[in-house]
Amino acid sequence: MDVTLRIRRYNPESDIEPHWEQYEVQAEPTDRVLDLLHQVKWFQDGTLTFRRSCGHGVCGSDAMLINGQNRLACEFLIRDAGSTITVEAMRGVPVIKDLLVDMDQFWEKYRQAMPFLVNDEIPEDGKERRQSPEDRERYEDTSRCILCAACTTSCPVFWTDEDYVGPAAIVNAHRFIVDSRDTAKEERLQIMSDADGVWRCRTVFNCVEACPRGINITGAILEVTQEIGKAAVS
Amino acid sequence: MTVVAPARRGSIPPTRVVELDAVVVGAGGAGLYAALELKQALGPEARIGVISKLHPTRSHTGAAQGGVCAALGNTEEDHWEWHWFDTVKGGDYLVDQDAAEVMCRDAVETIINLEHLGLPFSRTPDGLIDQRRFGGHTRNLGEGPVRRSCFAADRTGHAILQTLYQQCIRREVVFFDEYQVLDLAMPAEAGGRVTGVIALRIATSELYAFRAKAVMFATGGYGKVFKVTSNAHTLTGDGMAIPYRRGLPLEDMEFFQFHPTGMYKLGFLLSEAMRGEGGFMVNGEGERFMERYAPTMKDLASRDVVSRSIYLEIAAGRGIGGKDYVHLDVRHLGAEVLDTKLPDMSGFIRTYFGLEPLTDLVPIQPTAHYAMGGIPTDIDGRALADETRTVVPGLYAAGEVACVSVHGANRLGTNSLLDILVFGRRAGIRMAEELAAAPEPVADLDAEDAVQASVGALMRTTEGERPAVIRTELQELMFTKCGVYRTEALLTECRDEVARLRARATNLLVEDRGCRYNTDLGDALELGFLLDCAEATVASALARTETRGGHAREDYPDRDDANWLRHTLVSRDPVSGETSLRYKPVTITEFQPKPRTY
Repeated sequence: MDVTLRIRRYNPESDIEPHWEQYEVQAEPTDRVLDLLHQVKWFQDGTLTFRRSCGHGVCGSDAMLINGQNRLACEFLIRDAGSTITVEAMRGVPVIKDLLVDMDQFWEKYRQAMPFLVNDEIPEDGKERRQSPEDRERYEDTSRCILCAACTTSCPVFWTDEDYVGPAAIVNAHRFIVDSRDTAKEERLQIMSDADGVWRCRTVFNCVEACPRGINITGAILEVTQEIGKAAVS
Repeated sequence: MTVVAPARRGSIPPTRVVELDAVVVGAGGAGLYAALELKQALGPEARIGVISKLHPTRSHTGAAQGGVCAALGNTEEDHWEWHWFDTVKGGDYLVDQDAAEVMCRDAVETIINLEHLGLPFSRTPDGLIDQRRFGGHTRNLGEGPVRRSCFAADRTGHAILQTLYQQCIRREVVFFDEYQVLDLAMPAEAGGRVTGVIALRIATSELYAFRAKAVMFATGGYGKVFKVTSNAHTLTGDGMAIPYRRGLPLEDMEFFQFHPTGMYKLGFLLSEAMRGEGGFMVNGEGERFMERYAPTMKDLASRDVVSRSIYLEIAAGRGIGGKDYVHLDVRHLGAEVLDTKLPDMSGFIRTYFGLEPLTDLVPIQPTAHYAMGGIPTDIDGRALADETRTVVPGLYAAGEVACVSVHGANRLGTNSLLDILVFGRRAGIRMAEELAAAPEPVADLDAEDAVQASVGALMRTTEGERPAVIRTELQELMFTKCGVYRTEALLTECRDEVARLRARATNLLVEDRGCRYNTDLGDALELGFLLDCAEATVASALARTETRGGHAREDYPDRDDANWLRHTLVSRDPVSGETSLRYKPVTITEFQPKPRTY
């Protein structure tokens, strides 16, 4: 089928402001938007710039705004995207070039959440720490995050307040806060209850809709607020 | 780090210098584990840098699905010696048995260490690390399948990558994200010692000379040399091509694993765990054909055996509707198993095929998956320069870029994750030990100038071919002429055509003339790496007149231990450009080669 790809182009090295360019490509209904971006880059216009790696939704490189919604380009099939497709960089973060955004701030917020297990005690028998399947299940959902930034860059609170840690950082804090093996829960809850932490969430649910992994992000944020409450009482 | 204003168009800025104690290239499991060990051994003051052309969490370790094997014996009796045997047999006896012994023995402690670092393993009802079956892994030297694979649902690699990255953040490893390494520093006055790397900072097109007392390559494989592959777009063999250009050898490059269950036409993997959990394949006649090829292990025979069986079914006209694929049947596994143990796989099938694994058969075909070959190393990750195992001082390698050789002619499922973990870790520990006595790094100004000149030249060409045109031809060529089955005629044509493509690639057009994230330039540079890997692969494959593991010759259908129980070392003379082949013996300590049946 014939597909029209409308891409918002912007190269600050040479452009005064962003502009739309249109490309005509041939596609199968089962092609992904990423395939079409490749067609353009490889065979029509080598200057088109975007990130991608695995090409099948597990590395988190190619989140972008497609037909007005944050999606992974490698997971969005043409038969669902339609014959005229608009592609832009994610919102709320500086555009570096075309579809490629500045992720520095995103990673900075991720690091703020202390995204690592803290527990230097090793069981006496030298074996694995025990963890019941039920305890393991508590962070199953949030451990699936691929750090694509689709959630954070679709959050209206984040758009208006860049100090907000944003949903992705909270998801990654949650992953450790509810891990029965972790010993830094208090410190993490402290960070999350700061002025720029979980209380900023207005439960708009944009993040849940945007997450390509289908993580219940708002649910995780709610759980973190409950944990903060529990810690305050005890 | 300061950022300079963009240089004039069509040129690149001058080289900048970064000094570190050790530099790791590649931020997958092997590189991150090495960096973590270096930091833990040397303390917070040590300047340990990890360079990646991606952001670390994008590394392809994250795409590994089914698990990582270790004989923990958590769900049934198991012993690391059984794992050792399976690895040697799986590798069609081309495995260096001393190295495989180290891997299978270290596996147990390494998996436990990962749990301590926070890895979210799936658990047994008792709270132990859960384990499941995987292809080629058996109890008591081949009696039947064993539960050896430790897993985090069907995203074990993702869990490994995240856990190691998280702990590297905790230990303050310095990351250089989005830098493309282009050459080694090997100054003449350092007597063959590697003293750093030269890299392109993708954000600005600045060249950086990283000077370090030790350099480790952990850059992964080169699956993008084939048309249908499970590999990420970024797996272009950079870390193999760079030492190869320097005249260093690559080992066993003819052995490439085609994974049986690639998604038809797409190439992405449907994990072997789908068969581990009880899925099986059927041909166009609805027959479970693996029962004929591997009566004991059936669909869980080793990958080379299964991929060849699929190929033979298709060649005999028994593909689905006579076409070039067969079906994977997982309908009987039920919603519980599909949704809790294989959720990502079920998701792939729904997303990309629009099929429902509970009710539909899934089209699959073999897909280029894993390079058994690479930079020859010893069991501590030290790169080796020749068949007498001379060490290249200052250079280390681990993971798919390296060849220890623990996979021999064919890697067992899950052993790639184990390889990156065990040998990434060992390389880190060894680097930390050797760092104290290592001399201060000497700059390689000649290499810095040469990279500056070659990248500059690419940026100035005004007409030429698009990299993608040549790359597409290369991928088609390698898939059809150097794929699952090979012959002398096909390989000879392939060799000559690769040479022609290499000649054409001396005149590439980089359309993007800017300095900001010039990924067009990146495509051109990566094409060069792919072409070098293709040359090394085809030269090695043409010479090996036998069928063994991931190297199947239609014209030489049998394994030939009398002549070919040895490793290939291919190298190219940097001056004359001639490729040459040398060989070194296989280390056999415990298991004598036997015919391989499953």
